[in-house]
Amino acid sequence: MKRFDAIRAAVQALDGNELLISSNGMISRELITVRDSPQNFYMLGSMGLASSIGLGLAISLPNAQIVVMEGDGNILMNMGSIATIGHFAPKNLIQIVLDNECHDSTGGQPTVSNTARLEEVAQASGYRMAARATTEAEVGKVVRQSLGEGPAFILVKVEKGNVKGIARVLHSPEEIRSRFQQAVRLLSG
Amino acid sequence: MVSASQFCDLLKKNGFNFCTGVPCTILKDIILCLSSDSDLPYIPATREDEAMGIATGSYLAGKQPIVMMQNSGLGSSINPLASLDILYRIPMLLLISWRGYQGKDAPEHLIMGEAMLKLLDALGIPHQVISEDNPEAAISASVRTMRERGIPTAAILKSGIVQ
Repeated sequence: MKRFDAIRAAVQALDGNELLISSNGMISRELITVRDSPQNFYMLGSMGLASSIGLGLAISLPNAQIVVMEGDGNILMNMGSIATIGHFAPKNLIQIVLDNECHDSTGGQPTVSNTARLEEVAQASGYRMAARATTEAEVGKVVRQSLGEGPAFILVKVEKGNVKGIARVLHSPEEIRSRFQQAVRLLSG
Repeated sequence: MVSASQFCDLLKKNGFNFCTGVPCTILKDIILCLSSDSDLPYIPATREDEAMGIATGSYLAGKQPIVMMQNSGLGSSINPLASLDILYRIPMLLLISWRGYQGKDAPEHLIMGEAMLKLLDALGIPHQVISEDNPEAAISASVRTMRERGIPTAAILKSGIVQ
């Protein structure tokens, strides 16, 4: 499965009311290609912190569904976040890790996610749900099952490499922030 | 000198309603005070950069966050400051303890103790050192700057001011 197809399958499984945090690099670019929305917070830098931003949102907005999309390189930089999320255990947080076992954006240097069983770390840390998905159908199914039943850790095994025709994030950082805040206000009613 | 509970009231009076961070001995009474305060909950992070991420999420959700840390943790916070909170203009109060002040501390604190204000200046982060005789003025000034500039603003806490 291509990472782009996994992101598309996850987005299609959502209701459309969710707030999404996507990590820097190709994941934000692929998400904006699938569906641009003020409800998407595209990270440009601060690699590793997607799940932490998601946790801050999930604790502060218990009635909103938060979905984090990040890579294996991201979560490996911030493994402590898994322990913190497992401890506070927000039901409204889904963490999707798109695992291609490498730092694809910088030339495909291998990570160590081929040997670290990340979903077992999440399970041992107190997540209510920890699953591994290898097909688009599985991604959709597990994402739907996880809505409101988090914290959920969904490890999605994807191929190395990019698909063609991927957009760039052209919104300025301040624009990404202010329209996301506006979306939060609309959702909070 | 102020009590930890007076200091926490001061933070709440200035509109803060979310706190995260990593402890320091200088901050311990403040954190203890917040551990039973639902108006200003404290979420312990494993690292200071994680705390910056959690605080950013809370701000996007409509909260006004504080990140507490020892100045050693400023080292871990530089990338999130530069490529997240200054870049996207996310205001928050950084309550940073000043270990290594005037070169009088354990050896591991001396280099950061000397470099801290210069590091904050290099990043363009406004800072106020909280004075013993008027902690309230330093917090108010930090909050004013934070709101005007819309970026993280540091309030520096030396030992012996909050008991």
